[in-house]
Amino acid sequence: MDSVSGVPQPALSVKPFRDPVHMEKTTTQPTEQSIRLEIADLNFFYGPKQAVFGLNLKIPTHKVTALIGPSGCGKSTFLRTLNRMNETIRNTRVEGKVLLDGQEIHQMDVVGLRRRVGMVFQRPNPFPKSIYENVAYGLRVNGFKGRLDELVEKSLRRAALWEEVKDVLKRSAFALSGGQQQRLCIARALAVDPEVLLLDEPCSALDPVTTAKIEELMFQLKDSCTMAIVTHNMQQAARASDFTAFMLDGKLIEHSVTSKLFTTPTDPRTEAYITGRFG
Amino acid sequence: MSEPRIMWRKAVNAVMLTLTGVAAFGVVCVLFLILGYLIFNGGHSLNLNFFTQLPKPVGETGGGMANAIVGSLKLLLLAALMGLPVGLLAGIYLAEFGGKTFSFIVRYTTDLLNGVPSIVIGIFAYALVVLPVKHFSALAGGVALGIMVIPITVRSTEEFLRGVPNSMREAAMALGASKWKTIVTVVLPAASGGILTGMLLALARVAGETAPLLFTAFGNRYWGQGWGQPIASLPVMIYTYAISPYDDWHRQAWAAGLVLLMLVLLSNLGARFILARSKAV
Amino acid sequence: MSAATTTMTREVPPKSGLRAFVDKLKGGDEIAHLITLTAAAGIILITSLLVLELWRTSQLSRAKFGWMFFWTKVWDANFDNFGAAPFIYGTLVTSAVALAIAVPLGLASAIFLSELAPRRLSDIVSFLIDLLAAVPSVIYGLLGIFIVVPLMRTTLGPALKKVLGFTPLFAGPNYGVGFLTAGIVLAIMVVPFIISVSREVLLSVPREQREAALAMGATRWEATWQVVVPWARTGIMGSVFLALARALGETMAVTMVIGNNPQISASLFAPGYTIASVIANEFTEATGDLYLSALIELGLVLFLMTFILNGLARILIVATERGGGRPA
Repeated sequence: MDSVSGVPQPALSVKPFRDPVHMEKTTTQPTEQSIRLEIADLNFFYGPKQAVFGLNLKIPTHKVTALIGPSGCGKSTFLRTLNRMNETIRNTRVEGKVLLDGQEIHQMDVVGLRRRVGMVFQRPNPFPKSIYENVAYGLRVNGFKGRLDELVEKSLRRAALWEEVKDVLKRSAFALSGGQQQRLCIARALAVDPEVLLLDEPCSALDPVTTAKIEELMFQLKDSCTMAIVTHNMQQAARASDFTAFMLDGKLIEHSVTSKLFTTPTDPRTEAYITGRFG
Repeated sequence: MSEPRIMWRKAVNAVMLTLTGVAAFGVVCVLFLILGYLIFNGGHSLNLNFFTQLPKPVGETGGGMANAIVGSLKLLLLAALMGLPVGLLAGIYLAEFGGKTFSFIVRYTTDLLNGVPSIVIGIFAYALVVLPVKHFSALAGGVALGIMVIPITVRSTEEFLRGVPNSMREAAMALGASKWKTIVTVVLPAASGGILTGMLLALARVAGETAPLLFTAFGNRYWGQGWGQPIASLPVMIYTYAISPYDDWHRQAWAAGLVLLMLVLLSNLGARFILARSKAV
Repeated sequence: MSAATTTMTREVPPKSGLRAFVDKLKGGDEIAHLITLTAAAGIILITSLLVLELWRTSQLSRAKFGWMFFWTKVWDANFDNFGAAPFIYGTLVTSAVALAIAVPLGLASAIFLSELAPRRLSDIVSFLIDLLAAVPSVIYGLLGIFIVVPLMRTTLGPALKKVLGFTPLFAGPNYGVGFLTAGIVLAIMVVPFIISVSREVLLSVPREQREAALAMGATRWEATWQVVVPWARTGIMGSVFLALARALGETMAVTMVIGNNPQISASLFAPGYTIASVIANEFTEATGDLYLSALIELGLVLFLMTFILNGLARILIVATERGGGRPA
């Protein structure tokens, strides 16, 4: 069975009336949980080379889902399909379904989609503008009319950066430290109030203290935001996420509640990875 | 290896290395010679009249080149209006939109255009603007210079836009900015220092061009009568005065040369200054 | 296996063409794309138009003289008889003189700047040399008239004559103006180009190349001349071609010092004429359509010459940057 996890599945013939896409992994998902993003049979290609293979995954609302796996396993590529960032790369192709609140994202306006699904990148990438303008940017391009100052402050507070920068808002964002820059990028993403926040190895360029701050931040943001984080750091996944998905060679190997995946993985490959036998 | 052979090799080494140093020194000396000679000769003849008065009729001494200074500025303005937007937009196309084959053709053509001798550009502007109306005009001069501005602007714009890290574009797009908004609000501002530098250098280069103006803007010993009429310019004035037989005109040519050189060198220095500052941010 | 596990790859359903186009227009992306594309296409249009205009307006001359245009030595407006030979000759000779002076000088300076000079000094000197490249050509002409021409007439010319007077190159009367003077002025103008491109190319030669040679006991000069320069030679060739293209098309400085006399003469002291200078001098005075057309055909010839050279230069420089000019 080409299933995405080793969790036993119900006999499929029992519920012939259900849509197969929805049906396949119902039991691998935590029950009684509303689903924000649903990915079905997702394939992704860089030119002729396939990077993601028939991936199925559900990302529950107001939870943190971590994507782990050895580098090059396609986890970042996968994450970037969720807000269609890969479309900025030439000669790529995507197949399959990604539903945001039940709506197919490939039929949405891409600009609107990205407003709803924000992203934080591996390296802090503030714009060469002031701190204030960085946070206000998303609001401005989305034609927000209203009290910018308030929203900027609110976003900076949500990103736990306000106290550090409130007196220097007009200063260039490049004057901040790496960790502050990354929190600024989070604040910038939060300013447009996204439903989902995608984090692509947000701590890989940061020191441990700052990493802890950002993990703390993610915990607080859960109230308002659904998050998916790609990380190469298993401890981080174990600490900061509610659910964890393990990917290998472009395929989803296992997906379950974080504590379960790290303590009693069902797939031998998952076990091999989390016990450090490869990758 | 025998001792004399090593001595010989060491001698060759010393002599050749010294010669390269002498060559470099010599070339730099030429620059200072040019500057020194111009400042010496031009400085002598430069006075307030040069900037405020019209040229005197042949045979009379004195007078100035006020009309040529203003004319040069007018021609530059035309060149900027015609050349810079096209160059900027095409540069944006190459850096942000371009497809593979078409971009290659555009780049190649741009380099080709950049290499066309300025006198040939002059012929082109003549055929395009002067021939149909049968008289020389400031407009024709502006067209010639504008065409020369385009390729320089394109290449520098493209280069500096490519220097903007892709992560900036991604960050803006991930916030819901469309591609053109990303370009206008993030990419262009990030590259603005470099792009401005390139534009300034392009204008500085055409400011000294003479050949394409000879039979487009032509020349004028009086204030120009408008964009459709011949107009004076500093480089053409230098040329006509330098090859004339009058000593007083020679002096004025030196003065004009000094003014033109200062204009060009200062804009070069200014451009570098802008670039250095924009990098420091 | 049941239906559930058969992979059902679904292409993203394409929107209908018009709908998609209108959607994109709303975002502004397609408009921006279109505007910038128009500008890019505009460059192609301008360049094609340039070639077309040169071709079209030189029609009269091409029809009358055909290929003989290139061999005819006469340039006589009174009898409507025009030949390009003296101008092509003058253009080639002045450029050759310029390169003969500028290439050794430029290459030596570039070697000094890239291999010997401390980085700081090298950067400052390169900066000054870039400024030299920015000096307008009419100013070189000015200096040519008032410094180089007198120098040639009184000092340099007689000296050369004394030493090399037995060769036809330096025989005949010396007027101060002529091929040699024009070549010298051109050399001063193109040296900065050779230096700045060659320096870049030399700096891009990998360190290991130098170190390998030095480690084998080569002197500094031997390492440079036998290893570094050959490695960079295609790029250096490229810079020479660029300089040549510029020298061929240079107008003002040459016009002011070459003497403006359409003749083919073996002596470098003799006054001559180049394509660019005859266009500059006679274009506004050209009465009669054939006269003008012949001048424009000269422009076309000049365009083609520089076109070919620039193409070659570009190929060479790109080739070096790609793979290093590894000795073939």
